[in-house]
Amino acid sequence: MEENNQGSGNFVDRFEFHDYYLTEEFLTEEHKLIRATVREWVKKNVTPIIEDYAQNAKFPVHLVKEMGEMGLFGPTVSQKYGGQGLDYISYGIMMQEVERGDSGIRSTASVQGSLVMYPIYAFGSEEQKMKYLPKLASGEWLGCFGLTEPNFGSNPAGMTTNIKDMGDHYLLNGSKMWISNAPYSQMAVIWAKDDQGIIRGVILETGMEGYTQPEIHHKWSLRASSTGELVFDNVKVPKQNILPGVKGLKGPLSCLNNARYGIAWGALGVALDCYDTALRYAKERIQFDRPIAGFQLTQKKLAEMITEITKAQLLTWRLGVLKNEDRATPAQISMAKRNNIEIALNIAREARQILGGMGITGEYSIMRHMMNLESVVTYEGTHDIHLLITGMDITGINAFNG
Amino acid sequence: MKILLCASKTPDTTAKINFTADKKALDANGVQFILNPYDDHALARAMDIKEKNNSHLTVIHAGDAGSEAILRRALSIGADDCIRINLEPADSYTVAHEIAHAIQGENFDLIFTGRESIDFNGSQVCSLLGEMLNIPSIDFVTDIQIEGNLATLKRFIDGGEETLQVNLPIVISATKELAEPRIPNMRGIMASRTKPIKVVEPSGDAALVMLEQFEPPVAKTGCTFVDAADAAKLIDILHQQEKVI
Ligand SMILES: Cc1cc2nc3c(=O)[nH]c(=O)nc-3n(C[C@H](O)[C@H](O)[C@H](O)COP(=O)(O)OP(=O)(O)OC[C@H]3O[C@@H](n4cnc5c(N)ncnc54)[C@H](O)[C@@H]3O)c2cc1C
Repeated sequence: MEENNQGSGNFVDRFEFHDYYLTEEFLTEEHKLIRATVREWVKKNVTPIIEDYAQNAKFPVHLVKEMGEMGLFGPTVSQKYGGQGLDYISYGIMMQEVERGDSGIRSTASVQGSLVMYPIYAFGSEEQKMKYLPKLASGEWLGCFGLTEPNFGSNPAGMTTNIKDMGDHYLLNGSKMWISNAPYSQMAVIWAKDDQGIIRGVILETGMEGYTQPEIHHKWSLRASSTGELVFDNVKVPKQNILPGVKGLKGPLSCLNNARYGIAWGALGVALDCYDTALRYAKERIQFDRPIAGFQLTQKKLAEMITEITKAQLLTWRLGVLKNEDRATPAQISMAKRNNIEIALNIAREARQILGGMGITGEYSIMRHMMNLESVVTYEGTHDIHLLITGMDITGINAFNG
Repeated sequence: MKILLCASKTPDTTAKINFTADKKALDANGVQFILNPYDDHALARAMDIKEKNNSHLTVIHAGDAGSEAILRRALSIGADDCIRINLEPADSYTVAHEIAHAIQGENFDLIFTGRESIDFNGSQVCSLLGEMLNIPSIDFVTDIQIEGNLATLKRFIDGGEETLQVNLPIVISATKELAEPRIPNMRGIMASRTKPIKVVEPSGDAALVMLEQFEPPVAKTGCTFVDAADAAKLIDILHQQEKVI
């Protein structure tokens, strides 16, 4: 299958964008060009092949280089380090278009850009930036981000992975779980506690002694994305591999902030794709001598979908403006991530029903999207954790431990 | 070497076409415009040649300021600069005349057009330009190789393919076989920010064509099947109903 990068023959991606409140008037010409460009790339390179890769649980590794070439990795990083120096709305638009194709491919881009490149860019030394960022931006190297552990998911502060100061180097022990890109990655940014119990960022390269990246199999979701574990067994880490610019949970959380922002846009892409498919199908499918779009029950589904999409478009665009002005709070980002995934999941489920039996097959993207979203609603903070973040923000009371 | 691409703007291939109430113009409401697809193939081939020979690629377009998004895309793909002739194009003659006027004295070595624009399907600009610039024009080109001053071209002819050699300068029209269209990347989009789009006014002395009105084609009706044994019925339909015999 690796040779068949063009997909199975005569698939045509008929996606059309929907913009009920003319939100694109908020965008610049350059934003629109970026959107059209990434959509064109997705229609040509992602949607024709993605169903096969997802069905076979294969990671389309050839896309990594292409995404680098397109500039989809770390677009907000400055050009000096191989990025594009674009704004956050551009980044969001890219994630919307890529996830419209597949959440797994968007995950690859989110991890590379927001979880691996961003911490090096924000907290790394000049040598670390020069060494890693251009390779990651071009897709020559794939990176992964290790925060979650088998016993610490929603509560990463409890992590047990640790580094011990051995004088001229650190000794790393522990393990990470559910790590996107891990099996194919050439490097990782992982988080571990030092001798004082303070969380530090550590850069690892594949091939270091005692460092392994086994794959996790049999996922029912994000099947075109590769997920693995990271196991550290007395890994000797040079001291210059520690990110100098950050200490504590703030490090990983600021990465998640950027990734979650992109996911909010991405989920909108999924919602749009499912709605678009359902709308077209409903107008073409005849039952009882009329298009099923003519039945009130179908119209209710479609009308509610576009209403939710429109609300989410406004919310997400506004969040983009705040992000560009460096005013978006983590709690505001949580609200958008949570809302957009929830509406995308509901829309996927309703859209699936509109397609009847056809919605069950891989002929249409809906069920793949629906299954993908089960991961998206869990990673980068679960649905309920984001609710608790909002709750804490508005009441001032932390409900995480009680 | 200096390369010129003549680019036109057309409605997206999925656009629903309506005319204004007076039938004198396309109703652009809700219509997405794109670079004419054949010009996109030409642009890709022009880029191959530009990259190989380190040449300069200019894009020229007749249209209003609304076209600049399309020109920006061409610049993002790698064209060096653009000239926009500030005129809503109405017919092939005017377009060719205004292009020839705008590039007077520029001495382009290689000029590309698309084989036709997918809206009016005129297929005339290439030959008109050749005549106006007094250089060879070659239509429906499927392949072009450049060696020094010599171009080796392949083109479609009835029932086959013709190979010919011709000295530059030339103007050719591109078929989709010429090259796979390119997609810009983010680096190209950033680079296009500083590339110039020069706006020139038309000479205005070319109005030979008067537009009366547009008429959409009659919607195709379904197919009538006539039993093979019933030839009389077929003749009757052709005679009485369709009035073609
Ligand atoms: C496909 C995939 C890819 C992933 N990629 C990465 C990656 O690249 N890097 C990485 O570090 N991690 C990654 N993750 C891990 C992901 O971030 C975690 O799964 C997530 O944070 C949840 O942690 P957990 O699975 O341990 O669930 P738990 O934390 O055990 O949560 C289980 C349930 O308990 C609920 N819960 C927990 N605490 C509370 C509370 N205080 N109040 C109310 N309810 C609570 C949760 O909402 C959830 O419903 C990935 C996960 C998946 C599925």
